[in-house]
Amino acid sequence: MIRSEILRDIAPILRDQLVVCNIGLPSQELHMIDDQPTNFYMLGTMGLSSSIGLGLALAQDKTVISIDGDGSVLTNLGTLPTIANNVADNYILMIIDNGSYGSTGDQPTYAGKKTSLTAVARACGCENVVECQDVDAGKVLQAAIDSKKMTVIVVKCDSGNIKLPVITMDPVVIRDRFMTAIKA
Amino acid sequence: MSIDKKIVDDLVANDISFVTTVPCKQLAGVIEEVEARPEIFHIPSNKEDEGMGLCAGAFMGGKRPAIIMQNTAIGVTINTLATLIQYYRMPLPMLISYRGELREPVACQVEMAVHTKALLNQMNVPTYHFHKESDVDELDAILKYTFMCNKPVAILTDASFWGGYGDQ
Ligand SMILES: [Mg+2]
Repeated sequence: MIRSEILRDIAPILRDQLVVCNIGLPSQELHMIDDQPTNFYMLGTMGLSSSIGLGLALAQDKTVISIDGDGSVLTNLGTLPTIANNVADNYILMIIDNGSYGSTGDQPTYAGKKTSLTAVARACGCENVVECQDVDAGKVLQAAIDSKKMTVIVVKCDSGNIKLPVITMDPVVIRDRFMTAIKA
Repeated sequence: MSIDKKIVDDLVANDISFVTTVPCKQLAGVIEEVEARPEIFHIPSNKEDEGMGLCAGAFMGGKRPAIIMQNTAIGVTINTLATLIQYYRMPLPMLISYRGELREPVACQVEMAVHTKALLNQMNVPTYHFHKESDVDELDAILKYTFMCNKPVAILTDASFWGGYGDQ
């Protein structure tokens, strides 16, 4: 499966949760598949999906899912020790690991070579780290939500993209409707 | 009252309850005070752009955030300021140790000091410079201004403000 197929698969689970979605194609795909006010789309700032999600989880009680990519986590690798040492049991980091920088044309990442983000997350001190295959993403995500334990999920999948439009929604509108949904 | 305590009192009085920090010798006392206050959740970050991401999330979750950092990190946060904090219009007080100013013993610090105000100016970040100890009296008003206008606002605090670097 490629990332857009996984997102289509897990959309029914995501729609009831607060979701911080990574820059580029992941946000565009989620926006097209199931746009929700509970989705925060990143329009820029590669690497910070996990940090924004952690800050949000620490600031309020609802479950927060950060959807991140292997390339973006590598860009902001310092995020994993911060997550490990500031446990928020309403926080799930889902890394969709296709071993490539999808949004820029599928150049290979080190996560697709010798580097295991699962092992890195564990070495950083993250306590619940689950690596799974694309087809099991939904099951593993639902189990993480139900566990009420901070969880890092690394979903191994194929690289590949679909053609789709950019998000034209104004960033302040995205932010405002997200904040309204958080308070609801 | 110590300057560190006065600064953190102002943060708390302005309902700031989520503070991320990257260590700095000059700001060590403030960071210690932030850590000690039950009203504030203190989360050290490994890099300042990561810290700004944490602050953006905390703000959307209903908390007033702040970041404590060195001016050298302006270089690593330009993109985050432009495409996250400013683009989504979020407030962010940035309490910054202004290294490389008068009394600086380390020559390399001057290399980023000469760019600091120019970069902040280019980014249209409202910038205040604390040089004398009494300048801290404006902090309360600066924090209120930050959350009024929903912008990142820089507070540069130099070595003269902190009383020098001690014996060296
Ligand atoms: Mg990828």
